[in-house]
Amino acid sequence: MIRFERVTKYFGEKKVLDGVDFRVTPGETFVIVGFSGAGKSVTLKHMIRLLTPDYGKVYVGDAVISRASGRELQKLRERFGVLFQGAALLEWMSVGENVGLPLKEKTNMSAPEIRHRVNERLEQVSLGHVYDLFPSELSGGMRKRVGLARALVMNPDIILYDEPTSGLDPVTSRSIDQLIDRMRKELKVTSVVVTHDLFSALAIGSRIAMIHDGRILEISTPADFIRSQNEIVKNFLDSQYITKRGKWEEQLNEAQKN
Amino acid sequence: MITREPEFYTPALNVRGQFGRFILIHCRNAGLALLVLWEALLDLRFAFDKRSRPMVLGQLYITGIKSLGVITVVGLFTGMILALQTGLELRKFGQEVNIGAAVMITMLREMGPFMTAMILSASVGSAFAAELGTMVVSEEIAALEVMSISPVRFLVMPRLAAMMVMTPLLTFYACMLGLVGGGIVGNTQLGVSFQAYFDNATRWAENKDLYIGLFKAFIFGIMITIISCHQGFSTTEGAVGVGRATRRSVIISFLSLLIVGYIITRLFYE
Repeated sequence: MIRFERVTKYFGEKKVLDGVDFRVTPGETFVIVGFSGAGKSVTLKHMIRLLTPDYGKVYVGDAVISRASGRELQKLRERFGVLFQGAALLEWMSVGENVGLPLKEKTNMSAPEIRHRVNERLEQVSLGHVYDLFPSELSGGMRKRVGLARALVMNPDIILYDEPTSGLDPVTSRSIDQLIDRMRKELKVTSVVVTHDLFSALAIGSRIAMIHDGRILEISTPADFIRSQNEIVKNFLDSQYITKRGKWEEQLNEAQKN
Repeated sequence: MITREPEFYTPALNVRGQFGRFILIHCRNAGLALLVLWEALLDLRFAFDKRSRPMVLGQLYITGIKSLGVITVVGLFTGMILALQTGLELRKFGQEVNIGAAVMITMLREMGPFMTAMILSASVGSAFAAELGTMVVSEEIAALEVMSISPVRFLVMPRLAAMMVMTPLLTFYACMLGLVGGGIVGNTQLGVSFQAYFDNATRWAENKDLYIGLFKAFIFGIMITIISCHQGFSTTEGAVGVGRATRRSVIISFLSLLIVGYIITRLFYE
């Protein structure tokens, strides 16, 4: 569904992506993890052509999004819903107007139809009561949910999540994880999640890719990921007490058996 | 695409290199601003459709109605100052009755459009730059692009439409208030009757002065919008960047207003 082919990106003289190759298959939740500054968000931005590779290609389906422009790019972007790190809600619009914005601007739906669809999506993210509130009146977790409702409103087949749990408390983070997982199951969408929160990655990922210094170090299932022998991956797991607790290994083994 | 990739430059080797880069970057920025202008002008055809109408009306209210107070004070006092300064000099020759023409012509040709544009660039233009800059920093512009909503059509076009309408209207309003202010000073401090003041003003001022003043204001409105919006879109580096974009938008607008104001005057009054 999404394919990176030897994607290389420079910021000045610094190589931020170095020949990145991977493929995201339809229906899976592909999680990209890594230390800060490793190139996770840069990778995500290439998928929607907010950045253009210096070398290599990014495919969405059979189309090369990294070379698309004009209407072709617009059409390709319409396949995506994106939840930005800070939710990127327009502050002067109410929650309802924010979520309904793509419908109002890109479709010929009537106002009642838009309101109905927006309410549906807000219900889906368990926020049926916030239609008339403004983003400044919402908590961090609620903003992310509204951002997700907006990402879902045009029924995309790919959803990108940029650090969906950053800045949230552990309880809210886990509820966002559950929401991401529920969206994948209910809507059968392909998800790409960028995070440095390994708890999230292990809980929701079909596959996890570890990126370090602009290179993909490892792509594996969560069960294989925590057994990785790569020193950098082990160090990353240790930094979040994943291997030391051992709990995750037991849980993932059981999940595999089932 | 409004969302721009981070820009990095290797350090210039010497002063000539630095100067060359300065010229290059500014020419490129001017080109990008012109592209935003071109796209916004093309998008003006959507100004009255049902999607854009609320945004255009909102901007008309912000740029027009909300600026009325300050324009009133500035217009009135500009006329008063002009009348007092010219009147005191003309009194030496017994010509104080001519302050009507002096105030009217100066306001219509230069001070009306220029003072209005200065106020709008400092109040409205800086707000445009800060709003759009904040939206860039908080990824709202990127979100619009990803939703395939053109930031130029959605954000710049309503502002441009509003400024194209409101700058000439506010200029006319400032000119009329300046004329009234001049009349008050003439009557109370220089002993010129209102009748004589207004007769003198209307006898010497021509329709051409009014049309060119309003044309100048129209061009100034476009310039302020595009400079401010372009500076907003070029914001980098968070809150500091928003401050920098706002400051630059005001400085560049002021300088451009002066230069373009001179060029228009030169073209029409040679």
